[in-house]
Amino acid sequence: MTTMTARERTIQEQFSLRMDEGELLNCMRCGFCLPSCPTYIETGFDESQSPRGRIALMKAVHDGLIAPDEEVERSLNLCLGCRACEPVCPAGVNYGHLLEEARDIFADHNEFKPATKAIRKTVFEGLFPHQNRMEHAVTLLGIYQRSGLQKTARKLGFMKLFPDSMQAMERALPAVPKRSDMKKRGRSFTALAEKKATVAFFSGCLMDTMFLGTNNATVKLLQKAGCDIVIPDGQNCCGALHGHSGEKDGAKELAKRNIDAFEQTNADYIITNAGGCGAFLIDYDHLLKDDPDYSERAKAFTAKIKDITQILFELNFHERVGLNVNPQVITYQDSCHLRNVMHTHIAPRVLMQSITGAEYREMDNADSCCGSAGIYNIVESDMSMQILDHKMDKAKATNAHTIVTANPGCLLQMKLGIEREGLSESVRAVHIVDLLLEACDEFPL
Amino acid sequence: MISTQTMNTFKTIVGEENVITSSAGRLVYSYDATPNFQSMPDAVIAPRNTEEVSQIVTVCREQKIPIVPRGSGTNLAAGTVPSEGGIVLLFKHMNHILEIDEENLTVTVQPGVVTLDMIKAVEQKGLFYPPDPSSMKISTIGGNINENSGGLRGLKYGVTRDYVMALQAVLPNGDIIRTGGKLAKDVAGYDLTRLLVGSEGTLAIITEATLKLIPMPETKQTMLALYNSMDAAAKSVSEIIAAKIIPATLEFLDRPTLIAVEDFAQIGLPTDVEAVLLIEQDGPPEIVARDMEKMAEICTREQAVSVQIAATEAEALALTTARRAALSALARLKPTTILEDATVPRSEIVNMVKAINEIAEKHNVRIATFGHAGDGNLHPTCPTDARDHDEMERVEAAFADIFSKAIELGGTITGEHGVGMMKAPYLEWKMGPEGIAIMKAIKHSFDPDNIMNPGKMFAKETRKRVVVTQ
Ligand SMILES: Cc1cc2nc3c(=O)[nH]c(=O)nc-3n(C[C@H](O)[C@H](O)[C@H](O)COP(=O)(O)OP(=O)(O)OC[C@H]3O[C@@H](n4cnc5c(N)ncnc54)[C@H](O)[C@@H]3O)c2cc1C
Ligand code: SF4
Ligand code: SF4
Repeated sequence: MTTMTARERTIQEQFSLRMDEGELLNCMRCGFCLPSCPTYIETGFDESQSPRGRIALMKAVHDGLIAPDEEVERSLNLCLGCRACEPVCPAGVNYGHLLEEARDIFADHNEFKPATKAIRKTVFEGLFPHQNRMEHAVTLLGIYQRSGLQKTARKLGFMKLFPDSMQAMERALPAVPKRSDMKKRGRSFTALAEKKATVAFFSGCLMDTMFLGTNNATVKLLQKAGCDIVIPDGQNCCGALHGHSGEKDGAKELAKRNIDAFEQTNADYIITNAGGCGAFLIDYDHLLKDDPDYSERAKAFTAKIKDITQILFELNFHERVGLNVNPQVITYQDSCHLRNVMHTHIAPRVLMQSITGAEYREMDNADSCCGSAGIYNIVESDMSMQILDHKMDKAKATNAHTIVTANPGCLLQMKLGIEREGLSESVRAVHIVDLLLEACDEFPL
Repeated sequence: MISTQTMNTFKTIVGEENVITSSAGRLVYSYDATPNFQSMPDAVIAPRNTEEVSQIVTVCREQKIPIVPRGSGTNLAAGTVPSEGGIVLLFKHMNHILEIDEENLTVTVQPGVVTLDMIKAVEQKGLFYPPDPSSMKISTIGGNINENSGGLRGLKYGVTRDYVMALQAVLPNGDIIRTGGKLAKDVAGYDLTRLLVGSEGTLAIITEATLKLIPMPETKQTMLALYNSMDAAAKSVSEIIAAKIIPATLEFLDRPTLIAVEDFAQIGLPTDVEAVLLIEQDGPPEIVARDMEKMAEICTREQAVSVQIAATEAEALALTTARRAALSALARLKPTTILEDATVPRSEIVNMVKAINEIAEKHNVRIATFGHAGDGNLHPTCPTDARDHDEMERVEAAFADIFSKAIELGGTITGEHGVGMMKAPYLEWKMGPEGIAIMKAIKHSFDPDNIMNPGKMFAKETRKRVVVTQ
């Protein structure tokens, strides 16, 4: 036992109480996960920034061997949560669950700096749980972009007050849709080809505001692939941002509302087009495992989750619909959660390779995190930018004109990377769904 | 405890950022891949070159501070657990490939280079470094040399020892020596290179190594044979060797392993067969084809219930899945996985596997065995739970029986994992008191103050202990 402050003692007790000891013991410390961990590599092989090290720290705190001091917390904060450590683990350790619980314990006892606290409160309580406020917030951003304010702000150097990543991010944000467009979209659509399935679309909070165009494209692709689609009312943010940032209770509330909304649809599948959301949705059974009312319902819900690329692949979309773009080189950056949690990485590649005119070149380390990781690129800006710069080196080596992603966070991060490299004239980043629609529009069914 | 003054000396030598003393920073170097061993170092130091290593060692010698050299900490013998405190020495800065010499067919590396990174680099030049421990994705050359690690290709190509040509090392008195050279022949003096290989960080610190390379084999083929009895599988192995064929890989899995693999991977393996052999041959296409045909014939003659030769690379990959998934499958069964490596002469494999199954039954523990059939190196693996003290006692007793049986059959307590702390109490069984005495004398002449990885290799007490720490 070491000496601890009162706060550390409470946290330590919570670790003993709440951390899953069996899961901690599951790690046999073989180190097989080390070469896959971006933070281990980027810190020059610092074991305390590796999955094995982080699990050892959690276990040591759980066992009372060390105090949950600043450095332990630092190690957990710097984790991207990309879960690249999971598929390579021979023991099948569910690192994501351990991380979530540990972060939740720290968050419960945290005195965040006032600024961080304000951001967290706005984001976790004020904004994301309320779809109408999301629409509103994104609308404000649209007014800012359209009104000329954006230009003024840039001229005044207002953005210089923010960290590097925020400045470039401000430039990288897509032009957002008008609120009237957000409100206009319908709630059900019928298949435009021979009917194969009925699906419910999880439209997502950010996807349905800032990336409305991508959502509309998703619906169109599903129609062309032979799906009847419902977009149930009452759905809301998946809760991933909450879950990954130690706001577990908030996440549970959102999860329940989503289960309520989707249960009524009786769809064969629930489709997402954001790897980050999908991976969190597919984990609802774990999140709600102790909830008597919801544990069974959560299982039924998660069994239906599928990424848009996976269902298009399964329905043979790429063989039934001609796909064609202007000659260009394309490459793909995996969404960590789509790949490591939903195990979807073949489908998007097959789809892209079916596009005539596009020469697909695999990027080195496409499976390793781009550094976006939820709000990581804002709160851990330095590490995020270091990872991004290395990522862009690999992207540039492919000479791709188009960098394709499958998740809004990754998409923004890639746009940011293109901005930082000064490549915005020659390289674009797109969501795979937008690329596919672009490719099939010339061949309407 | 290390005095503040000494700590400052370390910082002057390697730079402030390369000396870690925080509790979290030390904790993550308190373990390796060995279940149930953990102990905190006083500091963790990452030197940047041989000169710095020498200076650190000199200070440690003066202050009698234990030194634990550490690669990636994947050894399975508690070889890098700082059981007596002191400093852990990291080679994360010393991780460069210094030279690939295509004329002399050698590669010269620093100790922190990851094995697979080096293998990939030499393969790009059409060269081949055969030792391939399953941990090569993360293990370091420094660790491989100090454990004399083996791999799947050991039967035909030998182990790490067979590829180490020259070393640079820092002795416990701070002297820097060079042994061997890029020479096929060299009988000048004692063979210190071989002495340092497998010394587990107890004699010196390796700071550079020159390794032998061979030309890349042209092709490779893969085959899987299933058997209804362990005897038939073992007979096939002997017959293949008797036919003067040395396959590149000759691996086997027993039934308990098969059941676990099928449960986990669902690849359609029959779980009612008693043994599976995975056989690979590499070399010029004509020879590979001829050998594969002959071996298939032998397996069929020796009552294999099925023999499958892969037609494509994808098929080959599918056939090797079972072997590659063995550890994952077993590791998922229970929280704690104890992976051993008792080794017997090839001819005794049947008897050893039989004995292992009887011992498991006698002590009421679950043990699955897979391993390198070609060289008698078995991996009896026990899925268990470190929290269940009663069961851990039984596991302990079972492994003691297994080691004793291995020695009785003319084998050894460890084929490739090393002695470390974990198997130190058993070393005397293998070496005899005279063997231990001469080894201790060697240790003393290198390291009279016993600062190099103390507590490893030689047991403090003769109490038998495998896995139970209390
Ligand atoms: C899942 C799994 C599978 C494995 N499979 C195999 C296998 O197939 N074959 C096999 O042989 N082993 C295997 N091992 C064991 C282990 O990976 C090897 O022993 C490996 O060589 C250790 O490398 P490392 O870099 O992790 O060394 P470490 O574990 O860090 O160190 C090993 C020893 O070397 C010493 N050492 C390290 N660097 C130096 C140096 N520069 N100077 C002096 N001493 C040094 C250490 O003090 C220690 O005694 C396996 C382990 C695991 C967990
Ligand atoms: S989630 Fe990603 S960053 Fe975190 S430990 Fe795993 S691999 Fe490393
Ligand atoms: S691969 Fe799995 S078992 Fe091995 S150290 Fe990493 S988390 Fe632990």
